Amino acid sequence: MSASLHPEAEYAAFLAEGRLMLQRVASTGEYVFFPRVAQPGSGRSDLEWVEASGEGTVYSYTVTRTKPPAADYVIALVDLVEGVRMMSRVVDCDPAEVRIGMAVRAQPGEVDGAPAILFAPAAEARR
Amino acid sequence: MSGFPRGRTAIVGVAVTGIDSKPGFSAIELLAKAALMAIADAGLTPDDIDGVFSTLPEDPFSAMSVPEYLGIRPRVVDSTRTGGSAFQVQAMWAALALEAGLCDAALICYGSNQRSGAGALVRSGGIPFPYEALYKPRNPTTSYAMATQRHMHQYGTTREHLAEVAVAARKWAQLNPDAFARDALSIEDVLGARMISDPLTVRDCCLVTDGAAAVVMTRADRARNLPGKPVYLLGAASATWHRNISTLDDLTLTAASEAGPRAFAQAGVTPAEIDVVEIYDAFTINTILFLEDLGFCPKGEGGRFVTEGAIAPGGRLAVNTNGGGLSCVHPGMYGLFTMVEAATQLRGLAGDRQVSDAKLALSHGNGGVLSSQAVTIWGTDETL
Repeated sequence: MSASLHPEAEYAAFLAEGRLMLQRVASTGEYVFFPRVAQPGSGRSDLEWVEASGEGTVYSYTVTRTKPPAADYVIALVDLVEGVRMMSRVVDCDPAEVRIGMAVRAQPGEVDGAPAILFAPAAEARR
Repeated sequence: MSGFPRGRTAIVGVAVTGIDSKPGFSAIELLAKAALMAIADAGLTPDDIDGVFSTLPEDPFSAMSVPEYLGIRPRVVDSTRTGGSAFQVQAMWAALALEAGLCDAALICYGSNQRSGAGALVRSGGIPFPYEALYKPRNPTTSYAMATQRHMHQYGTTREHLAEVAVAARKWAQLNPDAFARDALSIEDVLGARMISDPLTVRDCCLVTDGAAAVVMTRADRARNLPGKPVYLLGAASATWHRNISTLDDLTLTAASEAGPRAFAQAGVTPAEIDVVEIYDAFTINTILFLEDLGFCPKGEGGRFVTEGAIAPGGRLAVNTNGGGLSCVHPGMYGLFTMVEAATQLRGLAGDRQVSDAKLALSHGNGGVLSSQAVTIWGTDETL
């Protein structure tokens, strides 16, 4: 599937379907995230959408403190096995248990009503 | 050959105002007050200014509104928007414009009423990045907190190290009558303060104040005929690696590691020779990261470098001598204040916080979330 037309809109549409999609350079197999009209640096535009494995590790994170009744939440940078990094939230665990290097798995969810790909500890992830 | 006109331009006037954050002034009014003070400090009048390098956080058209307000018809204008590093970038362009004769007297100026302006957050962050904004990060804090977490993980930096930075800044601020936060602050106070975004407490985060700053630059030959002691620009360089934190490869290594060496090469000096270091400290991790990236200590050693008051008054390195963004002033963008303080120290006018015999000073700017990094190196006439 060509990703050359509307990367931002197409990614949003995938999100709405609960899918984590990455761009891949057809000629080299390298992955690109965030979605763009061309690979950063090289300018290669033979990009195609592929489904992400959903497997990753926490590169860094922070517990965002909130005032009750709102709950604290974990913002994280997740390194996907495809070699790209994305911001997300780590859910389905106590914020105090999140660690750098922790294995996580993508799952569809939402943030304040908007569709989003979230991550949960790999052992507890729902498929 | 860097091509940079080392020592051929100089700061001839500086000013800061509005740090006390008394309500009632708009951002451009604060900016204009600082600009007029700096122009007067230079022994000039607004009519003499023909280059205007302006930043107002909420006004993308400050390159027109500031000259209009001051009644100047400039030959050169610029309103670079690289966040808090804009002013160091502008000093670089101002030097080149002056050297080329495109203008003869350049004003670099900034103003914000971020604190008194009805408590409203100054919206200078640009268009939200959809791939992050979705998750509701509280930037810039979220991004700096993740950089801090990563530095702690990779290098064993501790919350006590971070607290040392905050306490050193406060001790400098206590020597600066203009500083906003001058009450006592201990390591324990920082560690016990309200957690904002782990591992950063409210005392690891910069102030929110009003404030305006301005500097006037001319070519060196003219500077020598003006009343103040000229502060010469020896090197100026910037580097930009990213905008959003999720695209920075290594959160413990910033583009300052590229801009710094270029600026030092232009200046022909080394970090060990710098007497006064003015770093953009929006968060305590900044001081640690940038001391490393600018070559004042090895990568990863910043936390240990700042312990035992090493960067406080009387320490081994004079860092953020006005009290920094942490304790002196942080009105949305802090970068120009590092330049004013560097110049004030080199002119020998820093009062109780004066670093004795200061000849070389570094003024650093940081924009975005560790994104745009810009470094200027300044010297007295003895360094030419």
